[in-house]
Amino acid sequence: MTQLTQQILSGVATGAVYASLALALVMIYQATESVNFAQGEMAMFSTYIAWTLVQAGLPFWAAFLLTVLISFIGGVLIERVIVRPVHDAPVLTHVIVFIGLLVILNAVAGWIYTYTVKEFPSPFPSKPLFGGAITGHDLGVICVTLAMLMLLFAFFRFTPLGLAMRAAAQNPESAKLAGIRVGWMLAMGWGLAAAVGAVAGVMVAPVLFLDPNMMSGVLLYAFAGALLGGISSPGGAVLGGLIVGVLENLVGTYLIASELKLSTALAFIILVLVIKPSGLFGRVAIKRV
Amino acid sequence: MNFDRRILLIAACVVAVGAVAFVLLGPQKQPGPPVVQKKYGPGASDTEIKIGNINPYSGPASAYGAIGKAIGAYFDKVNDEGGINGRKIKYVTLDDAYSPPKAVEQVRRLVEQDQVLLVFQSLGTPSNSAIQPYMNENKVPQLFVATGATKWNDPKNFPWTMGWQPNYQTEAQIYARYIVSNVKEPKIAVLFQNDDYGKDYLDGLKQGLGNDAAKLIVATKSYETSDPTVDSQVVALMNSGANVFVNVATPKFASQAIRKVADLGWKPLHILNNVSTSVSAVLKPAGLEKAVDIVTSAYHKDPTDPQWQNAKEYKDWLAWMQKYNPNADLASTFNVYAYSVAQTLVQVLKQCGNDLTRENVMKQAANLKNLEMPMLLPGIKINTGPNDFAPIKQMQLQKFDGTTWRLFGTALSVEGS
Repeated sequence: MTQLTQQILSGVATGAVYASLALALVMIYQATESVNFAQGEMAMFSTYIAWTLVQAGLPFWAAFLLTVLISFIGGVLIERVIVRPVHDAPVLTHVIVFIGLLVILNAVAGWIYTYTVKEFPSPFPSKPLFGGAITGHDLGVICVTLAMLMLLFAFFRFTPLGLAMRAAAQNPESAKLAGIRVGWMLAMGWGLAAAVGAVAGVMVAPVLFLDPNMMSGVLLYAFAGALLGGISSPGGAVLGGLIVGVLENLVGTYLIASELKLSTALAFIILVLVIKPSGLFGRVAIKRV
Repeated sequence: MNFDRRILLIAACVVAVGAVAFVLLGPQKQPGPPVVQKKYGPGASDTEIKIGNINPYSGPASAYGAIGKAIGAYFDKVNDEGGINGRKIKYVTLDDAYSPPKAVEQVRRLVEQDQVLLVFQSLGTPSNSAIQPYMNENKVPQLFVATGATKWNDPKNFPWTMGWQPNYQTEAQIYARYIVSNVKEPKIAVLFQNDDYGKDYLDGLKQGLGNDAAKLIVATKSYETSDPTVDSQVVALMNSGANVFVNVATPKFASQAIRKVADLGWKPLHILNNVSTSVSAVLKPAGLEKAVDIVTSAYHKDPTDPQWQNAKEYKDWLAWMQKYNPNADLASTFNVYAYSVAQTLVQVLKQCGNDLTRENVMKQAANLKNLEMPMLLPGIKINTGPNDFAPIKQMQLQKFDGTTWRLFGTALSVEGS
């Protein structure tokens, strides 16, 4: 197998990691129209919860479901307790709160679970495929991410609750007039994003290994992926994540030194914001003034 | 009038008591007529030795904070057992958040406000570089710094600074020698972390290979600590056609590389840096079967390695951990490191006897002879001298057999390299 195919397949595998977290970023954006910088750390924390449950003897999928549920509740609580009081504050306040949350979650995880790298079980066979460029687990991650995408799509498209959440995010005042409890919809959005993040964390932990800094690097790439695909489009975010994963490998191998891989992700973010702020598939935000 | 007289009387009593107290207690700080010759520098007295420390308890390197805590836990044990020559250790440890300016600020506080006898195990190359001039100008021992950089063994220019662990460059030179003498036509690929630590190793490797370095090293790839994985780098290194893979990565990335090398079906001589030799934290996450035949070098025992766990040395360590450091990770080599380096300091202070001046502390630190530590590998001896400020200069090569590291050869000295 040539290096090119290997690099592309490896890129798809890492891209799937970015895609799953990008999905959580899109989720929170859809629900609240803001980008949560603590999303990665919340996902990391959820993964530690899953790890604790697995250590306690729960079978993998039971721990997985329970973690998703706990994370959902945790997300709702964070919105109610921390985000709600600053809801009407300027965007900068939100950014600072999110960054504070990021640092706090990271430090608390380190304090509780220590910084020693922990292995995390995978529900999928770890057999290397295609000459080791990708493993059974990587394929599993891609499938789970796609399944999650379908679920979210269906949820927002076909359920009344999904519709209400979209309405609350896009036009809170009219939504309120239509009898939607906007505040609770925002909290639900946080809960859902935390749940999606938990799935992402549990899926990537066997690849990246679990430690408190597991998600700090991923967040930036996921952000690049989400922006590339369009921060308002779940499908776009998944595709964007995969594209970033592959391009990052190809650029790092053939064009520039691997020192600049991270810069590539940042260059993506800037390029997209300058040329097409809505991303490849995002809707263009039109605000009536 | 009566009233005033009473106040006067009380005041006089207070002054008198104060004067008596001063006469009785004050002069004791100075060495009086020598019954036993006692000499004290700042921070030392008949009952106490004050030791300062800075560690990153917060910030990006806060994982290392475990070392600072474990050192404190060891001093607790020493104090419970009566202290050193009857004196209790007072350990003052401050957070520098791995930030050099903060390190300088905290160390000044330790020296000027807390008046410590010495600063012990200040952690990190950047922080130690920042405080080194201050420590040497003020002639305060900067003892057994917690970094593997090469520059701490420089008694001529920095007579108050001393390292402890073997440095990265000399470790890399050991690998270079091993590669050249064990691999026919070696073609070496190196994965390294893109910072001083990674570059120190790369330089050491090049030095060890000598003039052939440019020819023998066929590929190098670096990673940033913010990279989620190093898969792409490993794929590129394999495709360079190398038959030797030198893995200069911190634990998480080292695990990823070990797994990727095995998944790719690449079978090079795999050399792993000493930073990432933990069986439980590095090899197990990657998969023990994928780590078979990896070669590395070590100087202390791995607490998760079954071969040590029945010996008294390990059981003593375990007992200390359980009693004094119960919340710490039993699998972390940081706790072995802290235990051993604290024991080294205790030995230095014992040797100081009743002459606890800063001069004598440095003199005794530079006077360690064939000191063996329970949790260092058998055969590793600590030696220092007036011109030798590198306490541990030996490392032992070892190969992973699927469950445990197997030592082979003898402890290799890297002196004079």
